[in-house]
Amino acid sequence: MSEAKRVEEAPPKDHKPETKPKASYSKWLNSAAVTFWSLVLAFIVGSIVMIILDPEVGEKWGYFFARPGDALGASWEKISLTYISLLQGSFGSWVAFTETTAQATPLILAGLGIALAFRAGLFNIGGQGQAIMGAIWGAFIGFTVKGLPLFVHLPLVILVGVAMGTIWGGIVGFLKAKTGAHEVIVTIMMNYLAVYLLQFLLQRPAFMAPGRNDPIGPVVEWSATMPRLAGSRLHLGFLLALLAVVLVWWILERTTLGLRIQAVGLNPHAAAVAGINVSRVTIVTMAISGALAGMAGVNAVTAPELITSFPTQLSVGIVGAIGFDAITVALLGRSRPVGVLLAGLLFGALKAGARTMQVRANTPSDLVDLIQALIVLFVAAPAFVMWVLPFLRQRKTSRTPKPKAVAA
Amino acid sequence: MKKSLMRVGALAAASLLALSACAEPPAENTAAPTNDASATAGESSAPAETESEATNADFKACMVSDFGGFDDKSFNETSYNGLLRAEEELGIEVNEIESNAESEYAGNIQSMIDEGCNIIVTVGFALANATEAAAKQNPDVDFAIVDFNSFEGVDNAKGLLFNAAQPAFLAGYTAAAMTETGVVGTFGGAKYPTVTIFMDGFDQGVKYHNETKGTDVQLLGWSEEAQDGQFIGGNDPFGDIPGGKNTASTLISQGADIIMPVAGPAGQGALQAAQESGGKVNAIWVDTDGYESASEFGSVIITSVAKGMDVAVFEAIEASMNDEFTSEEYIGTLENEGVALAPFHDFEDDLPEGLTAELDDLKAKIISGEIEITSPSQP
Repeated sequence: MSEAKRVEEAPPKDHKPETKPKASYSKWLNSAAVTFWSLVLAFIVGSIVMIILDPEVGEKWGYFFARPGDALGASWEKISLTYISLLQGSFGSWVAFTETTAQATPLILAGLGIALAFRAGLFNIGGQGQAIMGAIWGAFIGFTVKGLPLFVHLPLVILVGVAMGTIWGGIVGFLKAKTGAHEVIVTIMMNYLAVYLLQFLLQRPAFMAPGRNDPIGPVVEWSATMPRLAGSRLHLGFLLALLAVVLVWWILERTTLGLRIQAVGLNPHAAAVAGINVSRVTIVTMAISGALAGMAGVNAVTAPELITSFPTQLSVGIVGAIGFDAITVALLGRSRPVGVLLAGLLFGALKAGARTMQVRANTPSDLVDLIQALIVLFVAAPAFVMWVLPFLRQRKTSRTPKPKAVAA
Repeated sequence: MKKSLMRVGALAAASLLALSACAEPPAENTAAPTNDASATAGESSAPAETESEATNADFKACMVSDFGGFDDKSFNETSYNGLLRAEEELGIEVNEIESNAESEYAGNIQSMIDEGCNIIVTVGFALANATEAAAKQNPDVDFAIVDFNSFEGVDNAKGLLFNAAQPAFLAGYTAAAMTETGVVGTFGGAKYPTVTIFMDGFDQGVKYHNETKGTDVQLLGWSEEAQDGQFIGGNDPFGDIPGGKNTASTLISQGADIIMPVAGPAGQGALQAAQESGGKVNAIWVDTDGYESASEFGSVIITSVAKGMDVAVFEAIEASMNDEFTSEEYIGTLENEGVALAPFHDFEDDLPEGLTAELDDLKAKIISGEIEITSPSQP
C-alpha cells in the first residue's frame, strides 16, 4: 500500500531531483506521524469504550448533569488505573520487561514471515498452521529424543520445527506457482489441516504425557528448552527473533532474492518480463515465510515459563492466535523488518500488560484486543486519521517548501 | 481543519448527551463516591459503609480460567459462580483473570500470587502443571483445581473432581424409558475424559434399562466399549453452536429422539435442533440445570446432568478461609450431591409410570455400589 502511495506522490517532486531524499525523509516522517497518532486515537477510543462498558462508572454518567464531578472523577480513575497497570505489567519491572520480550518473540518471528510474503505480494493467512506444525514437531523431538546435550538437542528441535513450517508454507507456494491456486484459500485450508492433525495426535499415546489421559503433551526435555536468564522470561528465543529481523532485512535489502521478491511484489508481470522466475520466487518466499512462522511455533513449545521453569506443554491451543496476530504486526510494521520488530514489541507489551490490567484494574483483556485492532484499522486507513486530525495533512503540505530553504 | 474538529466535538457531545440520562444522584451521605474510588484503586481502606462485610474483607480468593473464559456457559462459568457466591456470602475479596491461550496459564497464576491471593482456584486439567509448580513454590497460598486430582506430596493444593458418570447413568436410563423411536443419541465437543465420562454413564444407563426392562433401545454417538463416538471437533469444539446443531441433526436423521450434547455452549445447537423438530425431539443438558441456565430452551429439556462445581469451589474457599483446608481430593458423587440429576420441570407430567421411583432406587443402588459404573474416565 505504501508503495502505491509513494508512486502517487513522487511525480510533483521529480523535477527537483536534489530535494528527493528530503522528500522521502518527510514522507517517512509523515507515515511515522500517522502511525503515532493512530496509536493515540486507538487508546482514546479504547478509553471511551472502557468507560461505557464499566457498570460502576456508567452509573455515575447517569446523573452527569446533577453532579458532573462524580462521573469525570470515576472515569479518570478508571482510565488512569487501567493504563498505568498496563504499563506496569509491560515495563514496570525487570520481570515485566522480560515478559514483554517473551510475548513479543513469537509475534516478531511470525510477523516477519507474513511481512516477507506481503513484500512479494502474497497474503499468507497460514501463519497459524505453519506455527502449529512447528510446535507439533519441535515438541515431538523435544520430548521423544532424550540424552542429547543442549547444544545439539535444541538446534535439532529448532531445525525440525522450522523445516515443518517451511514445508507447510512451501506447499502453498508450490500450489500457487504451479496451479494458480489462490494462496489465501490454500493457507486457510492448511490451517485446518494443522489444527486437526494436532487434535488427532494429542489423542495418540506417543503425544500424551505419561499418566494423563487428557489431550496434553509431555514436558519437553530440559535440553530442548531455551536457555534463559534466571528469574526472568528473557530467553534465547528473543535473541533469535532479533537475529531473524537482521536476516530478513539482509535478504530483502542486500540479496538478489530480496530484489526479486520486491519486484514480484510490485508487479509480477513486469518482473517476469525482466527475466525473473516468478514461480520460483513465489515458492521460495512462501517457504521462508513458513519457516519464520514455524520458528514462532517452536518458540511456543521451548520458551520456559516463569513459575514452572519449563515450557508450556503441547496442547490444542498451544500457539494461541500467533498466526493472526502476526498479520496485524506485519501491517502495523508496514512490512519492514524494523517496523515488524517495533510493532511486535508494542503488541508484546500490550499482551504482557493485559494481565496486570485485568488483575489490578478489573478491565477485561478484550480491551487490549480492541486497541490492537483499532491501531491496525487506523494505520490501514491513513486518510481517516488525517480527516480526524487535520494538522497531519497540513504539516505534509507545509513541509514541502521547508526542505528547500534548509537545503539552500 | 476547524470544521472537522467541530465534527469530532459534536460527535463527542452527542454521545455524552446520549449517555447522560437525567438520573438522580445517590444521596451524599452514603459516601458512595469515595467507596467506589477506593474499591477501583484496590485499597482496603473501606469507609463507613461496610458493616456486614468487614469481618473477612482481608481474605482474598482468586480464580484463573482456562481458555474458555468465564462466560462459557459451562465449567468455567459454573466454577466462577462459586467464586461470586463466596464473595457475596462470605464477604471476602475476590479477583479473577481469564486466559486466552495455553501459554498464558502459568503467567496468569503468577499474577494472582503477586496480588496476594490467599486461595487460587484454577479451572481445567490444562492448568495442572502450572498449578502444581505454583503450589510447591508458594506453600502459604492454598490452591484448588477443578477437574483434576490432587498432586502427590503437595499439601496446599486440592483437586476437585466429579463423578458425572453417576447422574449420566440415571439420564441414560430416563432416556431409554422415554424414547418413542427406540433410538437415543449423544455427542461431545471433543474427546476429553471430562466429556466422555458423561457419555459412558449415559451408555451404561441405556443398557441397564435394556437389560432390566427387556427393551432394545439403541444409543448413537458413543460406545463405551470402543471408547469412541461422535464429536464436533474443529478449532472451537465447545463454542461452535452451528457445529453442534449439525451433529445433532445427523443423529436426529438416524432416528434419535432424545439427545444429550456434552459440548458446553456448542450443545445449544442441539437444543435448537430439538426446538425446531416441533416436539418430536427432546434433549438432556449437562453441567448445569439447563432449564434455568438456557431457559429459552426449557420446553425441550427433559432433565440435566448437573455437576456442582460452584458448590465445590465455594466449599474449598470457605475451608481455606477458616483454616480447614486440606489437600484431600473432593469427589462430587450422587451421595454427597456434588453431582445430581436435575428436576424434570415441564416433563414432570410426561414421565412414564413409576420412573421417579425407579430412579430413586437406582440412585440408592449406585450409592451403595450395587450398580457399578465402569467408565474409565471416573475419578
